[in-house]
Amino acid sequence: MSTIEHTDVTRRDFIYIATGVVGAAGTALALWPFINQMNPDASVLALASVELDLAPIAEGQGITIKWRGNPVFVRHRTQAEIDAAKAVKTEELVDPLARNANVKESDPATDENRVVGGKEQYLIMMGVCTHLGCVPIGNDGDYAALVDNVKQGGWFCPCHGSHYDTAGRIRKGPAPQNLPVPVYSYLTDTKIKIG
Amino acid sequence: MSGHSNYQPTTRFGKWLHERLPIMELIQAQGMDFPTPRNLNYWWTFGGILATMLVVQILTGVVLAMHYTPHVDLAFNSVEHIMRDVNYGWLIRYMHANGASMFFIAVYIHIFRGMYYGSYKAPREVLWMIGVVIYLIMMATAFMGYVLPWGQMSFWGAKVITNLFSAIPFVGDAITTWLWGGFSIDNPTLNRFFSLHYLLPFVLAAAVGLHIWALHVPGNNNPTGISVKSSQDTLPFHPYYTMKDLFAIVAFLVFYMAWVFYSPNYLGHAINYDPANPLVTPAHIVPEWYYLPFYAILRAIPDKLGGVIAMFASILILFFLPWLDRSPLRSFKYRPLSRVFFWIFVVVCVILGFAGSGLPDNYFLSHHAAPADGGFHFTYKIVGQLATFWYFFHFLVIIPLVSKIERTEKAPASITEAVLAKAHDHAA
Repeated sequence: MSTIEHTDVTRRDFIYIATGVVGAAGTALALWPFINQMNPDASVLALASVELDLAPIAEGQGITIKWRGNPVFVRHRTQAEIDAAKAVKTEELVDPLARNANVKESDPATDENRVVGGKEQYLIMMGVCTHLGCVPIGNDGDYAALVDNVKQGGWFCPCHGSHYDTAGRIRKGPAPQNLPVPVYSYLTDTKIKIG
Repeated sequence: MSGHSNYQPTTRFGKWLHERLPIMELIQAQGMDFPTPRNLNYWWTFGGILATMLVVQILTGVVLAMHYTPHVDLAFNSVEHIMRDVNYGWLIRYMHANGASMFFIAVYIHIFRGMYYGSYKAPREVLWMIGVVIYLIMMATAFMGYVLPWGQMSFWGAKVITNLFSAIPFVGDAITTWLWGGFSIDNPTLNRFFSLHYLLPFVLAAAVGLHIWALHVPGNNNPTGISVKSSQDTLPFHPYYTMKDLFAIVAFLVFYMAWVFYSPNYLGHAINYDPANPLVTPAHIVPEWYYLPFYAILRAIPDKLGGVIAMFASILILFFLPWLDRSPLRSFKYRPLSRVFFWIFVVVCVILGFAGSGLPDNYFLSHHAAPADGGFHFTYKIVGQLATFWYFFHFLVIIPLVSKIERTEKAPASITEAVLAKAHDHAA
């Protein structure tokens, strides 16, 4: 008799706990759609690529285009800017990684790894400060190339004072990373597709 | 809670209701007969002022939502429509926008009052902590509300603040994308902020209910910080404090309406009348004045994650205040050293506010940039760093130390004794 009672109790305990577990798991599962609905929806994801012709961009000119709601800087760099970017040793950099979606993640932030070989005059990168997301101002900051006392290239973020050099690498200020280079490829000699 | 009421239903309906829902007893016990220290000064009226402001914000907000459109293409214009076309729309919107500032002015006074008179100390720790939660909900609500007009400052303020979460290691980017519902602040973000901005005030109201409940368990603190000892020390809340609160509320409304009618845009930013442009950041973005001290703390730390941690820590540290202060006395009235440091702290908070308002590399309180020569310059950033240091030093070192070592002044034996001594002084 006592053994039967004992079995009864453990069985009840088991059912009790199992019910609780199923209830908790069910609640957690039911919660997921309500959390996930806040992630980017299909219409947002559908806008994931843009094409651009680089030919009209003159040397020393930079333009800003919109991709996935964010500004992308497309700059036709001058020789002075390219030279300034190449002269920097990777040891001097705050963020030693290339942050280029088109090269390996571990590649160093040399000027070569920030652009496409043979097309190094075109610097294409996100115009979103890696600190808190403001749009940095071009031809500004302490790391622009100086030609006749005029700043060429280089970016300065007005929000919290981050300075980027002529390859878009963070050099000074609170931003932790170089401006990221998005995935892009050349469709023709002058036409690119971002995303 | 109970035991303060002599409620006896007098009518047949009253009796019938009382047996089913004793709500009239609750109102009489907690809202009318509630024994309240007889010596509360005007700093104690800010609780009532805050409750009033919450009601004003909810009422004006519900009306604004009837005319506002939460869509990136229409939001800015719908706000202008409210200002120009809707009958009294300008008034209701200015009441809501300035009401937020008034709400924060009142809450800061309320918090500092609690600090000065030791209202956070036992047995009111939970009351204090619920207050900190209320303050956090207020900040979130105000932040999302400021995004809705979809001006330049709305957009970029939202971008910077939501980007704070990207500092979280590993999952930061996933969290910001989740918050935005995209890869930047966009229509999904505006929509959800509108939904939450409508929801949170009601959560706030519920938290205020808990705050008042937690207040009515130990009862009010008072300027002497001495606990109520006998019924001699108290007065019924009604009519004594209902009338005193009402007078203060009316005075506060005069102050509030002076802003609404004579300077409705002074506390805002002109650039927010520029529609949001995701491709251009304004030259100088600053949050609303009530966030400036925290913004200064964020910028004081030259590391992204460090700045974010410091900013959140500066608010979360308030939760620990009841245990950082180890003095046997509550009120700073009898704690001379704490009093001095309290006022230094208030000044430091104001300095932090100014430090958060300017460009980091400009000279403090000036529009001129300091030269980038690596030398020492008295810039907004330096002032922000010094004041941030003091902010944490105050909580982590000064309060625990001073509360332990200070020689307190002699406190009166009871509230009544303090009141009578004061009356005696006046007579003499």
